Amino acid sequence: MSAATPAARWEPVIGLEVHVQLATRSKAFSPAPAGFGAPPNSQCDPVVLALPGSLPVFNRSALELALRLGLACGSSIRPVSRFARKHYFYPDLPKGYQISQFEEPLCEGGTIEIELGGRTRAVQLRRIHLEEDAGKNLHQAGGAVSQVDLNRAGVPLIEVVSEPDLFSADEAAEYMRTLRQLCRWLDISGGDMEKGQLRCDANVSLRPAGTGELGTRAELKNINSFKFVHHAIEHEIARQARILDQGGEVVQETRLWDAVSGRSQSMRSKEEAMDYRYFPDPDLPPLAVDEAAVAAVRAALPELPGPRMARYRGLGLGDDDTRALCADRAVADRFDAALGAHGGGAAAAKPIANWILGEKDPATSTVAVEHVAELVRLIEDGTISGPSAKAVWAEMADSGEAPASIVARRGLVQVRDESAIESACAEVVAAHPAEAASYRAGKAQLIGFFVGKVMKKTGGRADPVLVNQVLRRLLAGESAT
Amino acid sequence: MSEPLHYVPAGELARRVRAREVSAREVLRATLDRIAAVDPRLGAFLHVDAGGAAAQAAAVDDAIARRSDPGPLAGVPIALKDVLVTGGVPTTAGSRILEGWVPPASYSATVVERLRAAGAVLVGKLNLDEFAMGSSNENSAFRPVRNPWDLERVPGGSSGGAAAAVAAGLCAAALGTDTGGSIRQPASLCGVVGLKPTYGRVSRHGVIAFASSLDQVGPLARSVADAALVLEVIAGFDPLDSTSVAQPPPSLAGELEHGARGLTIGRPRELELPGVDPEVTAAVDAALDVLVHLGATVTDVSLPHATYALPTYYLIAPAEASSNLARYDGVRYGLRAGPPGQGLHDMYSRTRGSGFGAEVKRRIMLGTFALRSGYYDAYYKKAQQVRALIAADYERAFAEVDLIATPTSPTAAFRLGEKTQDPVTMYLADVFTLGAPLAGLPGISVPCGFTPEGLPVGLQLLARALDEATLVRAAAAFERATPHGGRRPPEANLTGGAP
Repeated sequence: MSAATPAARWEPVIGLEVHVQLATRSKAFSPAPAGFGAPPNSQCDPVVLALPGSLPVFNRSALELALRLGLACGSSIRPVSRFARKHYFYPDLPKGYQISQFEEPLCEGGTIEIELGGRTRAVQLRRIHLEEDAGKNLHQAGGAVSQVDLNRAGVPLIEVVSEPDLFSADEAAEYMRTLRQLCRWLDISGGDMEKGQLRCDANVSLRPAGTGELGTRAELKNINSFKFVHHAIEHEIARQARILDQGGEVVQETRLWDAVSGRSQSMRSKEEAMDYRYFPDPDLPPLAVDEAAVAAVRAALPELPGPRMARYRGLGLGDDDTRALCADRAVADRFDAALGAHGGGAAAAKPIANWILGEKDPATSTVAVEHVAELVRLIEDGTISGPSAKAVWAEMADSGEAPASIVARRGLVQVRDESAIESACAEVVAAHPAEAASYRAGKAQLIGFFVGKVMKKTGGRADPVLVNQVLRRLLAGESAT
Repeated sequence: MSEPLHYVPAGELARRVRAREVSAREVLRATLDRIAAVDPRLGAFLHVDAGGAAAQAAAVDDAIARRSDPGPLAGVPIALKDVLVTGGVPTTAGSRILEGWVPPASYSATVVERLRAAGAVLVGKLNLDEFAMGSSNENSAFRPVRNPWDLERVPGGSSGGAAAAVAAGLCAAALGTDTGGSIRQPASLCGVVGLKPTYGRVSRHGVIAFASSLDQVGPLARSVADAALVLEVIAGFDPLDSTSVAQPPPSLAGELEHGARGLTIGRPRELELPGVDPEVTAAVDAALDVLVHLGATVTDVSLPHATYALPTYYLIAPAEASSNLARYDGVRYGLRAGPPGQGLHDMYSRTRGSGFGAEVKRRIMLGTFALRSGYYDAYYKKAQQVRALIAADYERAFAEVDLIATPTSPTAAFRLGEKTQDPVTMYLADVFTLGAPLAGLPGISVPCGFTPEGLPVGLQLLARALDEATLVRAAAAFERATPHGGRRPPEANLTGGAP
């Protein structure tokens, strides 16, 4: 693994082509199911198999998902876009061509905002277009035959093409993270690279730092795992820097990333580049998207992660909490709902975030947000103590019972009666004269011991702040008797 | 009626079957007998589906016995050009590359389903030029079809089997496909009616594609009325074909009696070409005189770009074909040639090299070239621009006239082998028929006379998009006024027996 830092005089320029599988129920151009993990070749029909005479019929639910991303990125939407055929022969491509978009893509322009080192930057997009996925060739190691599984063939994809507007592997990786978050946020894709729902090809070139022209690029394919995005690009930057440092020239080519060896190898040169013989697909009329349809998708868009994170920071939440909440829209929505149910505003944000993020799987939690809000209120108004609250949470997560009802039923209302606390504290101090003496002799940390004893004595119900005050007074003020 | 059952018109057969004057089984038996007697000489059928047809005939008879209506084509024997996918019945497109392929039982062309639902009895699959590419049927991978009027001559193509079968009474009507004239030209050469509907009128779902932006299914029949009857059944919007037009099927039966009075018919000056047989010109002139006599007006029209139709077509159609035929790769169905273990490229080149015939390969190469990066703008894109000009010509012309008349083919049927050595001469046979598919317009070929050798000549009429009604109206009026449509090929050619 050679992740050598490139010489500082080379500036990397990176453009990413990201394929995103759209989470539609059926395929892009046929009613065959589009699910993941079914037995091989069980999700086929005449269109998927490219039987003679079969015709594609566009699944408009894929359009809606693509529009969500386009609108979220501020891309302009073509009122009429076109499907085109992209030709090449391969066993996983049943028709001998892939239906894609070429000259007139659905979305053009737009940006994806990435945040790196506390700074935000809008990465320019070139286009987002619709296409269909290919199947999979399965080669058994050492086997004489290859097999083809066409379950994935025809699954709708969007290809998100950035401009060469990323300038480090860090930026590229952050861009991928942001794009994945956005895809999940908008419910358009599972965004799981390991399942092939998100796939990344990277165009990488170097140029002398401070210059404007683009150098010769290499395209890296097959970056099929999230953790390899950074590594593969870093590796490619180093490879090109080595060539340039030695006075050589980078060859324009397509290189295949091999995650096992952590290296890339040349797949084909520019001269061997495929001629895809694009032309508009005569089986599919131009894809018309009227303004009303765009407006409807726009109106239904959720608040986007960028604004949402800004809002959370405005509530006083730290960066870690903000990111953790916004990693999944279900969690962020849960937080917002709980905050709304609480009604108390910014002050409640932190405790609510803590409770929500403290769950094992916040996105699928069954604890009602109203109960989260109620619990936080019970703590705030001093009705229950922190330790009691944990017990209440456990019980309400289990049974679904409202926290107030649990508190009442189990008698967990915090004891704030000073005389009761006073007598409990006095008893504890009296019962532990040795420890009291040590405390007075300077072992201040023994206060915790006494607080613990008092809390135990009161079944966790005593107000710990009050207990603390009283104990300190008793231990400091009174001389030993 | 002295007419033998195999020459009874489709509409009349359906009437008799519904009236229980004859059973669908009896009609089928007569049809299968006729096929057995005649087809060895013609080679029109690639597959006779006696079993399937028997089941459909029985279902029609059973429905009638139950007093439920089996549909407007009750018991009518219809055969299908073998580019139409028939579930459970071999479908070859006339190519070795699909030899032996049987589509899944659940997968049939929409037109096939509609015929079945209308009570038709589908007797078999008809010979054709491989993948519908050709004008003589000599490009069939299996055998040429012979013209019933002269067995040494071609039936035309690519729906040659369909035209020959209909002409010789091997079925009451047939479905063909027309990409550049493949319904109208063989209809003309075999003396039958061939109707190419407006692009999008008839579903292409389950129609093996040649050139997707041009292909259209239509009927061949022995009368205009029968062609209209079949078109009414197969036409109409189909959600399975995104290029299908959202229009109800045309209502044509009523048009048959309306006559030609008041119609304006244009003769395009640009299509008065050298190369047209004087006998053909004479027959077409005479036909227009008949139409004038029937009350139509004939006038000159201009189609300035009409002569560009041929080069335009021979860029667009091969380009689309090269793409549509990419799926025949030996991976999933059909032929896989060569020994295993020699690698993917070897499998592809052997399969496609031995599975496709010379004309198909020629067009794949032409089309692949036309779509190459760097050539696309000069060829395919330019051809699409010219196509738009051609369509605009027709649009302008149809502002002045209701119909445009030309010969269907510049010659009557030519001899087998006469043009096979020279593809360009063969392509020229399509000069009159290419305009309609390029402009998406409907067209009909109707028998309009005979050469002194007794070979049929066809009159082609074109109409505005979706105006099949006017086509049918004029063609039916002409047919009634002349004896040509009623002539049958010499029985001596067909069975060796007396006519």
